[in-house]
Amino acid sequence: MNNDVTNILVVGIGGQGVMTAAEILATTALSLGYDVKKTEVAGMAQRGGVVTSHVRFGPKVYSPAIKPGTADLMLAFEPAEALRWAPHLKQDGLLMVNTYAQEPPVVSIGLFDYPDSPLDTVRAMGIETHDYNAGQSAIELGDRRLINSIMLGAISDHLPFPAETLEESLLDRFRHKGEKLVALNQQAFELGRKVFA
Amino acid sequence: MNAVEPKSADLRQFISGNEAVALAARDAGVKVAAAYPGTPSTEILEYVSKYPDMYSEWSINEKVSLEVAIGASLAGSRALCAMKHVGMNVASDAFMTQTLIGAVGGLVIVVADDVGLSSSQNEQDSRYWGRFAHLPVLEPSDAQEAYEMTRAAYGISEQFEVPVIVRLTTRICHVKSVVVTGEPETHASTGFKKDPSRYVMVPGNAKGRIPMMMKRDEALQAYALNTSLNRVEPGSDNRVGFVTSGAAYYHVKESFPDAPVFKLGFSHPAPIDAIRDFATTVDNTVVIEEVEPLLETELRAAGVEVHGKDLVPKIGEMSPAVITPPVSKLIGEAITEGTLIPTSEVFPRPPTMCVACPHLGIYYCLSHIKNTIISGDIGCYTLGAGHPWNALDTTISMGASLSVAQGLDKGRAESDANKNVLAVIGDSTFLHMGMQGLLDITYNKGNVTILLLDNRAVGMTGGQDAPSSGLNLQGEKTTQVDFRKLCEALGVKPERIHEVNPYEMPVLFKALRTEVKIPEPSVIITNQPCVLTERYSKLPPLKVETDKCTGCSNCLDVGCPAILVDRRETVVKPNGKEKELAFVSIDTAACTGCGLCTKPCAPDAIVPAFNVSKIDAVEIK
Repeated sequence: MNNDVTNILVVGIGGQGVMTAAEILATTALSLGYDVKKTEVAGMAQRGGVVTSHVRFGPKVYSPAIKPGTADLMLAFEPAEALRWAPHLKQDGLLMVNTYAQEPPVVSIGLFDYPDSPLDTVRAMGIETHDYNAGQSAIELGDRRLINSIMLGAISDHLPFPAETLEESLLDRFRHKGEKLVALNQQAFELGRKVFA
Repeated sequence: MNAVEPKSADLRQFISGNEAVALAARDAGVKVAAAYPGTPSTEILEYVSKYPDMYSEWSINEKVSLEVAIGASLAGSRALCAMKHVGMNVASDAFMTQTLIGAVGGLVIVVADDVGLSSSQNEQDSRYWGRFAHLPVLEPSDAQEAYEMTRAAYGISEQFEVPVIVRLTTRICHVKSVVVTGEPETHASTGFKKDPSRYVMVPGNAKGRIPMMMKRDEALQAYALNTSLNRVEPGSDNRVGFVTSGAAYYHVKESFPDAPVFKLGFSHPAPIDAIRDFATTVDNTVVIEEVEPLLETELRAAGVEVHGKDLVPKIGEMSPAVITPPVSKLIGEAITEGTLIPTSEVFPRPPTMCVACPHLGIYYCLSHIKNTIISGDIGCYTLGAGHPWNALDTTISMGASLSVAQGLDKGRAESDANKNVLAVIGDSTFLHMGMQGLLDITYNKGNVTILLLDNRAVGMTGGQDAPSSGLNLQGEKTTQVDFRKLCEALGVKPERIHEVNPYEMPVLFKALRTEVKIPEPSVIITNQPCVLTERYSKLPPLKVETDKCTGCSNCLDVGCPAILVDRRETVVKPNGKEKELAFVSIDTAACTGCGLCTKPCAPDAIVPAFNVSKIDAVEIK
């Protein structure tokens, strides 16, 4: 395994913006001259299924997939998904979780149970875990889709490049949509950044 | 972390393999591109459609798309056809004869294998088609190679007058990586030149083309030994050498960076003699290929001693985690890591139908009709086989719902005499390959009740257009098929065709209950659009009045993902039986007010959620 490669895993559910978050991380790394690969496992993602996006960057990246046990950082958009994918982290990896839970219909109709305290379980595995209800904050800011910017803000000081570079590439995505949206996403990013500075 | 200097005048694009194929087609001067949507290949034509100088179309099915591309090639132009692996089964009739005609303008068939079945009914190795039809197969390993090899494929196609298969897999199609494109070229169409002995495949002519095909095989075999698409990468550790292609190549490099590698880009016909030489330079030769042991079998037949599927699985994707342990064991190396963090059992999240999907009402009705055998098809509505509906009994291939239903009806046992045979099919799938099945049913006096779910889109692949939408690939207005007239023309009596709004469940129920009793073919056409498309308009959201909810859980049978259970209770009924109650709420931010859940709600507890701008988020730690 090439140790110069940074492995970031973004996990969640279809429709939460997992792929967009991964895309922003990847294009930021690209703009800094790294070799980058990004792969998704999104079987029927628009249908509420699990979505995982692997971002790998470094001087040279071979396989696009992060091997279990080797992710440096994991961004989980849902607590049960954090638990599901925790084994992809290396032992001293870092986990940032949005605590806004989403139950699938198989749980609603009583076929399966949502895990009790998934984050306690993750912490008991010895993983450095940070959590924040980005879902609630995004709704308070006026748009559920802002979860993405909050979560990126939350990890922005824990990446091998400056938070400002990430923020710039995030905001660049909204520039053609007007200043209002840029300002809102900046606010969300800064909010996230304060959570986990 | 090593800092890397940003490259000045950065020409690097960060794109997927699918986009790289589209760019390559553009830069190769391709004039015509055709496809039917299918995961993981769908985006190729979506990208192509943005290039104004190319003609591109959503074809009716993969066979049609290949034939359109063949026509363009015979017209002397460069042509591209793209499809998912199962599409090749549909296209194969044209494909297996086109190999005798060969290519005039460069003809490239891009086939994308859904290795690991992320969104398919089976797993197939499309490299077999190269063997079956005597055609060369190129296998890119990433987006850069997808670009380069698609371009190279046009050169090979014209040099050898042969259609070329570019075999992709999900990990090529959907992985984004760095791509630098080359100089675009223009390709002038050479024009259609009549040549019946070559283009008219009657027995006498076809027989004459077979020796040509055999000669072509030899020429391609020689080419495989010299092309730069195949290469040996020396390594410092000769205990194991790999022969590999496609996505597997990078997994090998990741796992054993010091091992020598024979990297195949032009993988069929394989350069057997060169691989034989390579094998003599290493202690063990291991073939890593997705999915079937094709190369491995050919190498063994040629007397080259190799490992392969004795070490790694014959199903699913390769990855460092799959390759490393067995190969390490082979060379006597300790298997070091694995993950240190234990795994935990978490509930599955199977794909579900969307909030307010018009199919929800249909499956609610189907799950409440007794004595049915429901023959299903390929599309979003295949999800009706899952919870809570469990209202789909078969799924095989595109269009099979109708013809399989015909067989279920005709082949029914005495014990199934009272069963109602139904077929469920979507608009695009019906047009793709279902129409023939309907004609078969009417022609042969069958008795099937058909639900034609017209949501005017190819929903499962993301809501692409089809003749049912009245828009083409470019989004321009075009002919919109009239399903009522079409079904009539296919022999269904006008009085047996009903158009129903699927959100009006009582009407739907009535139509279904009536039609299953009538012993002749009938078609119930639903007419509301896919919620993923612009045609769908949202309505104000609904909420549950908590004090009115009796916990009956009838609304959960609709299967809408916006309905959530807040708490459960078990009560003992007067007859002594226990009953599970589930008190619900609606995720107002997700709800689009379709009202399906209000229909089975006896206490009328589901009401408009006026003035709701946000919902209370559940916090779970």
